[in-house]
Amino acid sequence: MSTDKRPARPPHLLLFLAAAVLPPRFTPESVRYDRRYRTLDKYRFIAGFLAIPLAFYAVFVVSPFLQAIYYAFTDWSGGPVANFIGFDNFVKMWNDERFWDSTVTSLTLLVVAPVVTLVLGMFFAYMITAGGRHRRGQAIAGVAGSSLYKVVYFFPQVLSVAIVAVVWGRVFNTNAGLINGGLNSLGIKGPAWLGGEYGLALIATLTVICWSFVGFYVVLFSAAMGAIPKDIHEAALLDGAGRGTTFFRVTLPLIRDTVRTGWIYMGIQALDSFAIVLVMMPPHAMKVTPVFLYERFREGQFGYATAIGVVLLLLSVVFSLIVMRVGDRDRIEY
Amino acid sequence: MSTRSKAGRTGARGRRGGADRVREGGAALNVFSHAFLVLWAVMAAAPLIWVAITALRTSGDILGDPMGLPSSPHWQNFANAWTEAHIGQYAVNSLIVLAGSLTGTMLLGSMAAYVIARFTFPGNRFVFLLFAGGMMFPVILALVPLFAVMENFGLLDTRAGLIVAYIAYSLPFTTFFLTSFFRTLPTGVQEAAMVDGASHTRTFFQIMLPMAKPGLVSIGIFNFLGQWNQYLLPLLLNNENETSYVLPQGLASLAVAQGYRGDWGALFAGLTIAMVPVLVVYAVFQRQVQAGLTAGALK
Repeated sequence: MSTDKRPARPPHLLLFLAAAVLPPRFTPESVRYDRRYRTLDKYRFIAGFLAIPLAFYAVFVVSPFLQAIYYAFTDWSGGPVANFIGFDNFVKMWNDERFWDSTVTSLTLLVVAPVVTLVLGMFFAYMITAGGRHRRGQAIAGVAGSSLYKVVYFFPQVLSVAIVAVVWGRVFNTNAGLINGGLNSLGIKGPAWLGGEYGLALIATLTVICWSFVGFYVVLFSAAMGAIPKDIHEAALLDGAGRGTTFFRVTLPLIRDTVRTGWIYMGIQALDSFAIVLVMMPPHAMKVTPVFLYERFREGQFGYATAIGVVLLLLSVVFSLIVMRVGDRDRIEY
Repeated sequence: MSTRSKAGRTGARGRRGGADRVREGGAALNVFSHAFLVLWAVMAAAPLIWVAITALRTSGDILGDPMGLPSSPHWQNFANAWTEAHIGQYAVNSLIVLAGSLTGTMLLGSMAAYVIARFTFPGNRFVFLLFAGGMMFPVILALVPLFAVMENFGLLDTRAGLIVAYIAYSLPFTTFFLTSFFRTLPTGVQEAAMVDGASHTRTFFQIMLPMAKPGLVSIGIFNFLGQWNQYLLPLLLNNENETSYVLPQGLASLAVAQGYRGDWGALFAGLTIAMVPVLVVYAVFQRQVQAGLTAGALK
C-alpha cells in the first residue's frame, strides 16, 4: 500500500472522479490499478469507516466531557443562560457541609476498599493456585476444585450493581433482613445497618463493594500467578522457602504490575460507588460524592453538579498518580 | 515450627526430602486454606441463594421470619413480579435496547479499530489516543452535559437515545481492545485478499472479521454484560416513563416502591428472574466471561 504522491497531473480526471463516487465494483480497469486511485481508495475507506464511530464518540462522549469542564465555572441551571462565575462553585463546595460529609465517606472508601479487596483477592488467588497438597514432582499445586471456587467467587461480577444493591438492601434490612434474621435466631437484636449509625452504614457499603469485587481479583491474580514459570517456585522450594516466604519474596514481586493496575482500578470503582449507595441506602442516610452530585443535578443545579464532577475527576487522577509511584521499580521480565 | 527443624534434617537428602517436608507442612495449611475458601464461597453465594429461596415465600412469612424455608412454593410471586411489577416489560425493554446497542458497538468498534490498527494515515495516533483517553474519564463527569446533548437531539427518554449512549460509552474500550487485537493478525492474508481484487470493505467483512473472532467474543461478552447491567445511563436518560425502564432500573425502583407496599415476595421473585438467566449464561461460558471481564485490567 503505497502512499507515493507524485506531482498530480491526472490523465483521466473525470474517470477518477467517477471512480471515487461509484462503488468499487464499477471502477474502470484503467483506473483500478493506478497508484493514485489506490491511495484515494484507501483514504475513502478510512474516512468511511471512521466517520460514524468518531461522530458518535465526539458528540456523545468527547463534547460532554469538554462541556463539563466549562460548565463547572458557570451558574447554569438547565436554561439557555449560563453565566461564567469563575471559581464560585468550588468556593460553594468548600463551604458546603453536605459535600464534605459525602466526600469524607468517598475518600474513606477510596483508601480502605482497595486494600481490603486486594488483600482478600490475593489471599484467595494464592490459595487457589498454590495452596494445594503437593503431588509428586510438582512444586506448586492448586487446591482441589479451584475452578469451582473461581466460578462462585465471580458470581457478583456478572450481576448489575443496581441488582446487587437491591439484594444487599434486603440482606441488611433491619426487620426482615438476612443478617438480622440470623442474629435474631441467635437471640441478638440486630442494629439498623443502613439508616442508623454512620459507622455501620460505612461497614455495610464496604462489605458490598468487597463482596462484588473480590471474585474479579481472584480471577485476575490467579491468572497472573499462573503465568509465573513453575521453575521459579520450584527453586524457592528447594532453597527451603515456606509458603509465606515464597508468597512475599517471590510471587508478590512478580505480579506487582497486575496488583498496581488492579489497585488503581479498584480505587476508581470505590470512588464511583454511585449505584450501590443510591439504591441500597435509605434517602437520608450516608451519601458518597457521586450521589451528592446526582442530587444537585436533579435539583437543577447543573453548574454546581458539574463542578463536583470535576473534583471527582481530580481525585481519581491524584489517586492514580500516587499509586503509580508506590513501589515503582524496574519491571521484572520472566 | 517443628516442620522447620525437620526441614533442616531432611534438606540434606535433597530434592525428595524437600517435597516430603512440604507435604507434611502443607496438610495443616491445606485444611486452613480450604476452610477459608469454602467460607468465602458460602458468603458469595448466600445472598443470592437467600433471594431465590425467599422468592417462593409469601410476604407475610418473609416479614415474620426472614430466615425460614418456604412451607409450600408460592409461585404466585413470580406471576405478580412478571405482570403487576412489570418485570416482563422491563426485560423486553432491556432486550430491545441491548439488541441495538450491542450490534452497534461491535460493528462501529471493530470498524474504527481495524482502520486504526491496519492503516497508516495522518492523525492515526491522535484518533487512537482520543478513543483510549475516553477510558480514563468517569461517566459521572459527563452526566449533566450529556443530559443536555440528548435533550437537544430529542433523544431523551427514547430507546434510540439509550442505544446511542450505550454505543458511544462502550466505544473507547471496545476500540482500544480490538485495535491491539487486529494488530496481532498476520498481514499476509489481508494483502492476498487485496491482490485477488477484494475491496477494502470486503476484505474487512469477509477476511479480517472472521479472523478476529476470539477477540470479538471476549469484547462482545464484556459489552453484553456491561450494557445489560447498565444503571447510570438509563437512570439519567430514560427516567420519565416508568414503562420504558430497563431491568436494573426497574428493579431499583421496584425496591423503593415495595418498601412502602410491603410486597417483598414479588420483589424477590423479580430479582430472581433478573439474576438467574445471567448466572446460567455465565456458568455455561464461565471461561470466556472471566477472560472477557478481566481483559480490561490485563491489557
